[in-house]
Amino acid sequence: MSTISREEVAHLARLARLEVTDDELDAFAGQLDVILESMKTLADVDTDGVQPTSHAVPLVNVFREDQPQPSLPRDAVLAGGPDTAEDRFRVPRILDEEA
Amino acid sequence: MTDRIIDRTAAELAADIREGRLTSVAVTTAFLDRIAAVDGTVKAFLHVDREGALAVAAEVDAAVAAGEDLGPLAGVPIAVKDVVVTKGLPTTAASKILEGWIPPYDATITERIKAARMPILGKTNMDEFAMGSSTEYSAYFPTRNPWDTGRIPGGSGGGSAAAVAAKMAPLAIGTDTGGSIRQPGAVTGTFGAKPTYGGNSRYGLIAFSSSLDTPGPVSRNALDGALLHEVISGYDPRDSTSIDAPVPPVVEAARLGATGDLTGVRLGVVKEFKEGADAAEPGVIAAYEAGVEQLVKLGAEIVEVSCPSFAYALPTYYLIAPSEASSNLARYDGVRYGLRAGDDGKHSLEEVMSLTREAGFGPEVKRRIILGTYALSAGYVDAFYGKAQKVRTLIKQDFEKAFASVDAIVSPTTPFVAFEFGARTGDPYQMYLADLYTIPTNMYGGPAVSVPVGLSEGMPVGLQVMGPVLGDDVTYRVAAALESTQDVLLADTAPEIEGN
Repeated sequence: MSTISREEVAHLARLARLEVTDDELDAFAGQLDVILESMKTLADVDTDGVQPTSHAVPLVNVFREDQPQPSLPRDAVLAGGPDTAEDRFRVPRILDEEA
Repeated sequence: MTDRIIDRTAAELAADIREGRLTSVAVTTAFLDRIAAVDGTVKAFLHVDREGALAVAAEVDAAVAAGEDLGPLAGVPIAVKDVVVTKGLPTTAASKILEGWIPPYDATITERIKAARMPILGKTNMDEFAMGSSTEYSAYFPTRNPWDTGRIPGGSGGGSAAAVAAKMAPLAIGTDTGGSIRQPGAVTGTFGAKPTYGGNSRYGLIAFSSSLDTPGPVSRNALDGALLHEVISGYDPRDSTSIDAPVPPVVEAARLGATGDLTGVRLGVVKEFKEGADAAEPGVIAAYEAGVEQLVKLGAEIVEVSCPSFAYALPTYYLIAPSEASSNLARYDGVRYGLRAGDDGKHSLEEVMSLTREAGFGPEVKRRIILGTYALSAGYVDAFYGKAQKVRTLIKQDFEKAFASVDAIVSPTTPFVAFEFGARTGDPYQMYLADLYTIPTNMYGGPAVSVPVGLSEGMPVGLQVMGPVLGDDVTYRVAAALESTQDVLLADTAPEIEGN
């Protein structure tokens, strides 16, 4: 039995905002199944009482001085956007939409 | 021996410039001309900045003429992987989603390269968002291996490695998340170092897997790599995972190693790698073992160490890295930079995001985003992501235990020499195996270098030296010692590339 179905891949793609094609779904489902199968070997590892590692070198509570510094110039930042208007990034209309 | 500028090492070029035997303009021009002559074949660069590089070179020459005391690599040109943000120079991470984006700021390492007065030749090709082992996942074109243009140059940093191997640049910057500096180094006969995580700032690297990404040097030998390492390393308050500690003395260590004496150095070989050696090509194992014999002749003592959790490093990595990537790559929403697709007044914001991401991301990036989304979803997060984080702890403990009895650990860098284009793209898991030996170090956070050790089937093989956290110096020492046993650097024996 496969670990991941075509329907699950389609659901995950929707969650990740990827408008994948049918051909991609077919390919990804098979490939992800092979990859996930290899990950099942982790279930054999005894990790009772083992603390998780989220970072390679543990550092806690890294603070910096709360001193204001200049931001990037607004024009320079907006210049990288695909569409801008009135010193803002322009986006498609979001009101009057279903949530 | 020829007397071409491009054949000299970065250390030699720096001295030539500092002492007035060569100008930086002459040096930079020589590499730019080399790019013009052979990059149509190799395709290592996504963008070349001839004008910008020559302007910096001219400033260096003026400073030398004025008697200014310049840094150790002033005037020596460098190529930068396209995942590193460079103000005013296109930066795409080899993705269509960032096509045409011009960053408004510099990464910390870019700032340090500029402060060291090194001309930036251009931006190098890579697998999209540094996900891959061959550059075949670049959204633009694959880079070819200068040793055999029918084969891959490794990845993700294949462009940087190929640029150095083909002598289009004396130095380059790479980034290593699971082996993206070391594996390209191994398969192109060049030197590459993944520094201790946190030793080099991530500020201004386009994020892939934030708990693993590490920038580092690519060069023809250990000393050149060490000189660049010291230019780019050190604490950066803008990266909260940056380590506030002195930079390990890697240049001194490379010079010590070059004397060819490893008396008293204890080198670990991993029992489980040895037992699983059939995962690697016999020619790779033979070249690696011959290298270990050389190290023993220099006085090193070989000690077997047991690291049973290394067997789980690959699946652990392919849960952690895609999970972090799926989160990091959420920022490409078609609003603030790069591509936007489907914005025709008929599609909602959410639809425009989905259409933009579909059009802008390539297959490997999509696969990893979906994989990461899966590993982080409710119901699976404990069994997959949480489990992987615990196994990561065990891998780390294996390293810590080993370093209680040895100074460094050696292994092959990658299980196989450069493969032919298309050989592994159909089966992603076969591609992932390229990083079998490099991934454990990333899980742990320590430093590791790949140094050319010999040939198999006429293609370069790398030997990996792994060190303890902040013990980068020992990895350079061992690599430079191995180089001292070679009559000529492997990087200097590559076949001549036919021009465009």
